[in-house]
Amino acid sequence: MDKLAAAVADQLKTDIPEFKAGDTVTVDYKIIEGTRERIQQFQGVVIARKGGGISENFTVRKISNGVGVERIFPIHSPKIKKIVRVSIGKVRRAKLYYLRKIKGKAARIKTKTPK
Amino acid sequence: MLGIIGKKIGMSQLFDKDGKLYPVTIVEAGPCPVVQVKTEAKDGYSAIQMGFDEIPERKATKPQIGHFKATNAKLCRHLIEFKNFDTELSKVGQEISVGIFKAGQKIKITGTSKGKGFQGVVRKFNFRGGPKTHGQSDRLRAPGSIGQSSWPSRVIKGMKMAGRMGGKVTTVKNLQIIRIDEEKNLIYIKGAVPGSINGIVQIRRQES
Repeated sequence: MDKLAAAVADQLKTDIPEFKAGDTVTVDYKIIEGTRERIQQFQGVVIARKGGGISENFTVRKISNGVGVERIFPIHSPKIKKIVRVSIGKVRRAKLYYLRKIKGKAARIKTKTPK
Repeated sequence: MLGIIGKKIGMSQLFDKDGKLYPVTIVEAGPCPVVQVKTEAKDGYSAIQMGFDEIPERKATKPQIGHFKATNAKLCRHLIEFKNFDTELSKVGQEISVGIFKAGQKIKITGTSKGKGFQGVVRKFNFRGGPKTHGQSDRLRAPGSIGQSSWPSRVIKGMKMAGRMGGKVTTVKNLQIIRIDEEKNLIYIKGAVPGSINGIVQIRRQES
């Protein structure tokens, strides 16, 4: 498997900030409209980080106008301009799929203050 | 015709300039020495014999060593013929590397598919099987009728029936090269390629 990882190693980003499930992040995502390019921000709670190497991705969930919206981003995508961690969440699991079933007050996540 | 022999490394993903993600199979190909050139005059057909995967001399048989002696090429584990090869590269001792291909080109790949063992007709030929209900028993994955009656009173040759599946030489056409790494001798091919990891595959340029 080593040769396989080495073959795509040059595609990996090195400047990815530390973040995990439960954290709130803002993702700056490049959107191409014809010839124009703009940045769209997506802010929400990271509910999962999946996969490894070049295939690693993460899921961000937010509530938009009362509707739950989830987006899956490939972590090494060149379309992601920047990932900013807004707050650190205190959670006990790696996958927060239970957030899909609850809303409002129950869906809050305790935050930790970064050291 | 242009071609090369390679070894399947595995599958991964690759981003392009626009950030599109492609599934890729990575094949380590060449450099392959041309070991023998077959000509119309001498052999009745035109082809080259290419070697792949170097072996030390102690592992080679005497006939193998003898075959390689005149060529100055290193001993190879695999020898494969490519018919009607590009005449410029058809010289004994010529090394063929992945540089003969370019990103974006269409290729076809020949390899031995993974063996699936003894399989029924549903898995092997996508038969529908029989009904589950309405008084049926033991019909769910059955092939159904395999022929007529007293005439011809035999089963026609080539009838699709259960049996060994996979492990056959398979060619997949219209595959596309996404990227070439000449330094590491790697070819990145969009999509899947027949065979298991470390399987030997033949890559040929698709003539249009």
